[in-house]
Amino acid sequence: MPDIILKYQAEIWQSIGETFVMVGLSIAFALLVGLPVGTLLYLCRKGQLLENRSIYSGLNIFVNIVRSFPFLLLVVFLIPFTRFIVGTAIGTMAATVPLSIVAIAYYSRLVEQALLEIPRGIIESAVSMGASVLEIIFKFLFVEARSSLVLGLTTSTISFISYSTVMGIVGGGGVGDFAIRYGYQRFETELMIYIIVMMIIFVQAIQFTGTTIAKKLDKK
Amino acid sequence: MVISLQNISKSYQQHQSILQAVHSVSLNIDKGEIHGVIGASGAGKSTLLRLMNVLETPDQGTIVVNNQTLTTLPNRKLREARRSIGMIFQHFNLVSNKTVFDNVAVPLELTGYSKKAKVDRVNECLKFVGLEHKAEQYPAQLSGGQKQRVAIARALANRPAVLLCDEPTSALDPQTTAGILDVLKTVNQEFGVTIVIVSHEMDVVRSICDKVTVMDGGKILETVSIETEPYMIPDNDPKWFLEQLTEKERNSNA
Repeated sequence: MPDIILKYQAEIWQSIGETFVMVGLSIAFALLVGLPVGTLLYLCRKGQLLENRSIYSGLNIFVNIVRSFPFLLLVVFLIPFTRFIVGTAIGTMAATVPLSIVAIAYYSRLVEQALLEIPRGIIESAVSMGASVLEIIFKFLFVEARSSLVLGLTTSTISFISYSTVMGIVGGGGVGDFAIRYGYQRFETELMIYIIVMMIIFVQAIQFTGTTIAKKLDKK
Repeated sequence: MVISLQNISKSYQQHQSILQAVHSVSLNIDKGEIHGVIGASGAGKSTLLRLMNVLETPDQGTIVVNNQTLTTLPNRKLREARRSIGMIFQHFNLVSNKTVFDNVAVPLELTGYSKKAKVDRVNECLKFVGLEHKAEQYPAQLSGGQKQRVAIARALANRPAVLLCDEPTSALDPQTTAGILDVLKTVNQEFGVTIVIVSHEMDVVRSICDKVTVMDGGKILETVSIETEPYMIPDNDPKWFLEQLTEKERNSNA
């Protein structure tokens, strides 16, 4: 182990922990809120089971606005909201608020796209069997789209990691913030490169896991 | 009378114009009948079939199936009514991420079968279509004919009184078509299931139907009773194809 890493061991572990908290909560919100929102986006589209123009437009505009914000501006813009939700605008927990909102918008769009790939005939056969909307979602849509849903979550997770690296701006910490403060600002270039290499390995591992699971789930 | 359509119309908005797919059609189909619907593409035959289980909602008219007026049923009741109306499709529409067994099990899960009863019924249905040995395979591992057999097993699982078939053999080769038609005939004879079959293939309709409705431009031209003629199964021998091809050539040369 290089001396420089040993020297900053404690700080590195702490920043990894912060990244895990930020990214982990983002994944949780993507699944708990983004998945239902994406499903609703799909179902409320024109010609779909719950066709509803106002719900579709509302969600669609929300997703588009969040995704068109330059991320740093979104973080700053959301400070009053963050303070309202977690009581402070500074720190790792505060950083999860804008991250989770982006996570919801990002993943719901990918969910919508995954569901759109399902052939119409499958939904028709479900309706002809007398399935309710909830039964169609759980017994048909999610089963048929499961491998795209996993791939989408993999892509999202990697984006969340990337977003989380700039959370130093509100004191969120994390590996990216560590690399900037110790590696770049203290001219420890070697340390910065180690951190970058570590993140590359980490992202590769996530992508590999996601792709492997998706392949296993896909029987098409 | 198991299916009765009274004065049914259905139109679609297409950009600026309105397409009248079915135009004031009335049709009665008796219990135990195999009823064919034939016509050119765009004649409205598929729409007519999809109106019978209200997959398409009619603009006006009344649809009665199994003594239930589907057009006035509340959503929940309509879903229940659909469970006794099986349907199969040209492109089979199986869930590709479910095994053959699980595909057939879905309608039983919707009806709330117990686990044991479900397993028994799925096996019974798969045995009927001759695919009990494929239970653990996925649709992608099956041939077109086998997929349609699974779809038939799935449609029969809830013991429907009516089976709607939307171009069931149009994606299949002649040999496989003959096999599927045999299965449908057995379904009709053994279980007394009323079958409505939409097809553009004259041979198919002629070989299986007791009555045939001919459609044109969204209207019924006529409904006739017919004598069934056996479906001509072409020889599997490649020479047969050659003979057919060259014979045609000879005829046109003559």
